[in-house]
Amino acid sequence: MGFISRGFKGKRRDNVSSSRVPPGQHVVNDFPVLSAGPTPRVSLDQWTFSIAGEIDEPKRWTWQEFHALPAETVTKDIHCVTKWSKLDTSWTGVSVDTLLEGIDTAADFATVFSDGGYTTNLALDDLTGNKAWVAYEYDGQPLHPEHGGPVRLLVPHLYFWKSAKWVRGITLQNEEQPGFWESNGYHIRGDPWREQRYWGD
Amino acid sequence: MVALNQETPRVASLVLDVPEWHGHDAGQHVDVRLTADDGYQAQRSYSIASAPEDPRLQITVERLEDGEVSPYLVGEVRVGDKVELRGPIGGYFVWKVENSTPLLLVAGGSGVVPLMAMIRHRSAAGSKVQARLLYSSRTADDIIYKEELDRIASSGDDVTVAYTLTRAQPSAWKGYARRIDRDMVREVAWPKELSPMAFVCGPTSFVESAAGLLVDLGYDPLRIKTERFGATGG
Repeated sequence: MGFISRGFKGKRRDNVSSSRVPPGQHVVNDFPVLSAGPTPRVSLDQWTFSIAGEIDEPKRWTWQEFHALPAETVTKDIHCVTKWSKLDTSWTGVSVDTLLEGIDTAADFATVFSDGGYTTNLALDDLTGNKAWVAYEYDGQPLHPEHGGPVRLLVPHLYFWKSAKWVRGITLQNEEQPGFWESNGYHIRGDPWREQRYWGD
Repeated sequence: MVALNQETPRVASLVLDVPEWHGHDAGQHVDVRLTADDGYQAQRSYSIASAPEDPRLQITVERLEDGEVSPYLVGEVRVGDKVELRGPIGGYFVWKVENSTPLLLVAGGSGVVPLMAMIRHRSAAGSKVQARLLYSSRTADDIIYKEELDRIASSGDDVTVAYTLTRAQPSAWKGYARRIDRDMVREVAWPKELSPMAFVCGPTSFVESAAGLLVDLGYDPLRIKTERFGATGG
């Protein structure tokens, strides 16, 4: 494949450095919303965040406990598999490294689970090493439910479906288990720089 | 591309004869990639409008004025041009006739496109699944597939179509004339006791509102499948 589309010029955006925009992506200024179902209604009284699976002692935080954890504010570019990228987005939350501190596990993989039944799979290497956060603020404000509030995962180096919305915990696993989109045609890892969008990429 | 159907002033359907197309499910999309003569490329996703049974693939595209790909697909491309496609893509927002519970389709604007593929699939497969479409547009001129939808709805084939026009209505308009709300959804949607399957597609704010109203009505959130698009979709 690959041929000239007769008469196509395109709208080039010269102001954006191509080194920040992965192949096939274009930069947007708004913040599109993509979800497979209705936005869940989350009661903060009953909200918890858990780490379970292949660990000796599962961990669990209430809403208050979670907010008492050391937080970081990071500025990251995000890339959605539907082809938009948004640069310099600012998030506040807890690093996954902080959540996993003191946890001894032989697991190499994780399934992140959310309200509404959504799951996504990640290699533990993609969640650790200061690469992933569990975020509750966007741009200095509480995260809006449409965008995954009260709390969403942030894994900016992978396509944004990996940054699960309405996240409630992480299950550590010895084997990789495809999550929701990964079972529905989307790539098992989703590295935007290698354009790993779909099965077969 | 073998035909171009102007559906509304801003929306066109591209009929494509795709070599080695291995079929699709109703609700899936394709990626369209355009290449300029200097190698610059842009790609976007568009929902498939045609039934899996249709020998030709049809996508329906809304022209976004500040868009990059859609103004080319609605305005520049001509019959005989080649269009580079990848797909079909997506395995969740799909409906197959084997799914026999009542079907509720809720569309905002060009969100009707993947839902139309489902309605066409239902007709082409001779399915008897009861289906209802609630379809919100700005004005009467913006209703995509109106003639075909009216024909299907009047054929006595257990498909009902309820329109609402949010911005302006013709003088003899018999449909709804407001944004989708609780009463409208209660009147049109299947009762939850029938375990309906719901598909909601449209702009983000529309989908948030419509899906929320279905949850209020007691629909199982896992049986409400949504697809949202922002203003940047094109």
